[in-house]
Amino acid sequence: MNEMTRVRKEDERLARERRKIVRDGPKLTGAELDARLERTWRRPPGILGWLATVDHKEIGRRYIVTALLFLAAGGVLALLMRIQLARPDSNLISAQRYNELFTMHGSTMMFLFAVPVMEGVAVYIIPLMLGTRSTAFPRLNAFSYYMYLFGGLLLWAAFMLNIGPDVGWFAYTPLSGPQFSPGKRADIWAQMITFTEVSALAAAVVLICTILKARAPGMTLARMPLFAWAMLVQAVMIIFAMPAIALCSGMLISDRLIGTNFYNASEHGDALLWQHLFWFFGHPEVYIIFLPATGFVSVITETFCRRPIFAYPVVVLALVSTGILAFGLWVHHMFATGLPRVGYGFYTAASMTVAIPTGLQIFCWLATMWEGRPRFDVPMLYVVGFIVTFVIGGLTGVIIASVPLDLQLHDTYFIVAHFHYVLIGGAVFPLLGILTYWYPKITGRMMSETLGKIGFWLIFLGFQLTFFPMHFSGLLGMPRRVYTYPAGLGLELPNLLSSIGAFIVAAAVALFVVNGLMSLYRGALAPPNPWGAASLEWATASPPPPYNFPHVPIVESRSPLWDHDGELPVVTGLRVDEKETLLTTVVAATPDMREPVPYPSLWPLIASVATAIFFISSIFSPWAVPVGVIPCAIALIAWFWPKELKRNPEPVIT
Amino acid sequence: MRIRAGAPILAVSVLLGGCTYQHYQSTFSDAAVEVRQFNILFVIFLVICTIMYVLVLAFLVAGIVRRRRAGIANVIEDGRHHQSDPLMRTGLVVWGALVGTGLIGLAIASFSADRSMASAASRPRLSITLTANQWWWDITYNSADSSKTIRTANELHLPVGVPVRILLNSNDVIHSFWVPSLAGKQDLIPGRQNDITLVPQKVGVYRGQCAEYCGAQHAKMALVVDVDSYGDFLGWWEHQLQPAPTPAAPLAKMGYTYVTAGPCSACHAVSGTPASAIVGPDLTHFASRRSIAAGVMPMSEGNLYGWVADPQSLKPGNHMPTIGLEPDQLHAVVAYLETLK
Amino acid sequence: MSSRFPANALLIGLAAAALLSCDREERHSRSKPVGETVPAATSPDTIWPGGTMPQAPDPRAKVYDNNAPAISEGQFLYTRMNCVGCHSHGGGGMGPALIDDEWRYGGRIDQIASSIAEGRPNGMPSWRSKLTDDQIWKLAAYVRSMSGQPSKDAVNSRSESMSATTPATLMRRAPAHTSDTPDQ
Repeated sequence: MNEMTRVRKEDERLARERRKIVRDGPKLTGAELDARLERTWRRPPGILGWLATVDHKEIGRRYIVTALLFLAAGGVLALLMRIQLARPDSNLISAQRYNELFTMHGSTMMFLFAVPVMEGVAVYIIPLMLGTRSTAFPRLNAFSYYMYLFGGLLLWAAFMLNIGPDVGWFAYTPLSGPQFSPGKRADIWAQMITFTEVSALAAAVVLICTILKARAPGMTLARMPLFAWAMLVQAVMIIFAMPAIALCSGMLISDRLIGTNFYNASEHGDALLWQHLFWFFGHPEVYIIFLPATGFVSVITETFCRRPIFAYPVVVLALVSTGILAFGLWVHHMFATGLPRVGYGFYTAASMTVAIPTGLQIFCWLATMWEGRPRFDVPMLYVVGFIVTFVIGGLTGVIIASVPLDLQLHDTYFIVAHFHYVLIGGAVFPLLGILTYWYPKITGRMMSETLGKIGFWLIFLGFQLTFFPMHFSGLLGMPRRVYTYPAGLGLELPNLLSSIGAFIVAAAVALFVVNGLMSLYRGALAPPNPWGAASLEWATASPPPPYNFPHVPIVESRSPLWDHDGELPVVTGLRVDEKETLLTTVVAATPDMREPVPYPSLWPLIASVATAIFFISSIFSPWAVPVGVIPCAIALIAWFWPKELKRNPEPVIT
Repeated sequence: MRIRAGAPILAVSVLLGGCTYQHYQSTFSDAAVEVRQFNILFVIFLVICTIMYVLVLAFLVAGIVRRRRAGIANVIEDGRHHQSDPLMRTGLVVWGALVGTGLIGLAIASFSADRSMASAASRPRLSITLTANQWWWDITYNSADSSKTIRTANELHLPVGVPVRILLNSNDVIHSFWVPSLAGKQDLIPGRQNDITLVPQKVGVYRGQCAEYCGAQHAKMALVVDVDSYGDFLGWWEHQLQPAPTPAAPLAKMGYTYVTAGPCSACHAVSGTPASAIVGPDLTHFASRRSIAAGVMPMSEGNLYGWVADPQSLKPGNHMPTIGLEPDQLHAVVAYLETLK
Repeated sequence: MSSRFPANALLIGLAAAALLSCDREERHSRSKPVGETVPAATSPDTIWPGGTMPQAPDPRAKVYDNNAPAISEGQFLYTRMNCVGCHSHGGGGMGPALIDDEWRYGGRIDQIASSIAEGRPNGMPSWRSKLTDDQIWKLAAYVRSMSGQPSKDAVNSRSESMSATTPATLMRRAPAHTSDTPDQ
């Protein structure tokens, strides 16, 4: 047939297709809409559907559960260390085993728990909080989870097989170099880094694109919840920080595998190169862990003080400036290495400066409590615990920002006390609070308030008992990473107290887990908004349906559920027969375009298995690099293969 | 900063309630210029930080307590959740200014203390080279006259009141030289030479430890620092210059043969004998040291037997092998080592 | 909450994994008790009159041969015991090269250990009185790594000193043969 006939037939086909499209709106709403959306958005049942999911809520739950399992595993390692250190000159655990324990404890907590749990909570809640149906790039989201899982399994399988790393969680060269760390232990550590950093980068990309482009119409940047701001800053920090550790761990693998000389001083390399690159990542890393926790605190404080945060612009600017300043501090980890003193002065000043935005944030939270009427349910108790504990950690941080003070305190238990105060006080307490807060949303049930309160007091008091004496251990001359210490130095009492406290903390964490598991079956059923909160995630059912919201809501203020009586205004017109979401502009959040959302797919899993094989085999042979890249390429090509070859009836992004 | 250090240090130690043990590996000390400066600066920081913390806690408690007075809160239930007390804005600015000023003050204090420590240490009169190995300290006392240099291990003797400059090298991985009762630490990094200058002020015995994770036996890499009066120090140096005496007792003579011609001589040196290897610590005046194997245990005959018989059980993974001596060989070796005073 | 892990399979897998351990990474820090030296009966030759079978390989060969910490300690000893003085970093000088495939007295680990312990004509000293057998076996393991004999995941690629040879992980393995016979 000739060209004109062909075009006419094509147009008729497209018109027929267009008439078949079903959209939500005044004619399709309520239970019927829910049923149709459910049919479109649910994933296939069974094990393959489970592996192929792209639902951010499922992926977020997996992240959280996996991270909590690693928290428990890392915690058991800590208990073993504390048993060894409870008495002087102890012979319970050998030096080699103890060195593996603290390496695994640090690596698990920093790489396999702290960052992934923040990513997991964000991946779960951000689309709900922003009023959208899905994250951006859902399959990349799934890929990031699988990469994290495989990296964690690699490290722990190695530890169980007695080939776990023993070089400390930051693996200074030349100790981690080829001569002084024989075998593959340090390579496994370095490759675990590669897995977790790929995972974190992928999650960061997903979050940035979701936060910038997938908000509800009307949710301008100035109306965005503070948790979303925190995650935006954190994700951008991840993108700038992770390449540094990718580079240095890659160079370490290269030194160990093929004999390059990056860290070999005799061949014009430098042992300090490792420290600079690692800490350029490592310092922002702790803010990558901390900033989401500040987001948690803002969320909880607003809800339980019954008012929005005081001075929202100040909090946002504090988040952004903390994120920027965090990149200028890293040399404070290297004050003892003999670099020029004049340079150190800059890093002292920068390290102290970063306390100012955090201090302003704390004022804003306290002012919110002052202005509001705080209700001390379990999440708010954790916020109070956070303030009391984290500020101590922040102040000891100011102490060690000073060079003469740090030269005594560096690499002692004073530092161990400091970072546990800021990490547990500053990140874990808000995390436990937010898990209690969002538990009804995730599971549809409430956690037990009684068990929660007992758990809070146990962990708060147990934590103080464990880590406060460590300030004294450090001042009394106990260095870090020692498998035992001699009697007669006055270290017996602080260490014994720390060991007793550690078991109390362990009991508290166990109680939290028990509470979480029991409440799945016995908790009170949760309404959509049990806490009377203001943000959008509470505008949908608990737990949310696979499509999050039946209609995409419109936002007119910072506290949508408080400022709008009755039903929220919504956007209609999105397709219900295909997965589709609404994208909005970056700053003003005006509706921009509709985008199809990917369907469940096994390619992220396959690609991550291929990548895992590539990474793991490159520990053992450099040939794995050119060879292993081929299955990865195949998987990625299959993943990105265009789905539609026919013209779509409507102009959409494919 | 010339404030007397005694009072704050005493106060802090008393506060800790533990004065029943010697502070010979502890920052609660006034045994050197550097640690005194540390204590003064630490107390300044502690006071300012405690004030800030108390302010934060007071604000927190006030916020918690205040809720009891109903009707004044700006909350959603009363529809006033967008209002706030105008004083709060001022409070925010004042708080920011307070934190900023406090930090600037602390930074200035820190820089001043740093400069003060540097100027106190600016004219060293003694030079020592410390080379760290896994897991022991190789010490050389430098002298313009090369016949007066001495080599020892794991124990430093310093004269009181004299600034001493210690050059820091490493033979393998990164270690850190740290004697908390005297001064802060400095890393020993292979491929670069660092240095630390300290000025001991009180006669006494102090213990230091490696403070950078350096492998399997990092926990057992300590060193003893003996601060003597100037006269005693010179006497010690003179004594160290003497070669090892030839043993008289027959058992010690057997030990002499074994040590200087057997496996011990593969790694150790005893000056005045054919044994001159520098792989391991110098043993010339070994028995006069206070500890064995870099602080693993105190020097005593029994401990010496234990160490020589099976070093791998006491410090597993260190480079001294368990030779598996026969009992009479063991007696002979220990008898000889005991003569190396 | 959906998604239950296949918990049982995971637990069984972990238990199985824990029971295995990797010989490559085992550290041996003590030697055997007094009396056991390097087997003096190890013959460097490969031909026996009468066609008798060669003796069974020494059981210690398996312990040290592909053991990473042993090779690393051997590297430490190689420098500190001044093997470098005659053999350089494997290229040889006063002593024969160790990085090639020619072994006058045998290239198996027990044969190398025997050479170190007994000494050899033309200048190789006997180290039996100076080093323990554990140290000698570790040296032998390192010496074998200089010609690429052990498996590549047990050797250190380079030392923290100036480069002297190809990185050990990239060396091509040349099968060891004794130099006075055409083939082993």
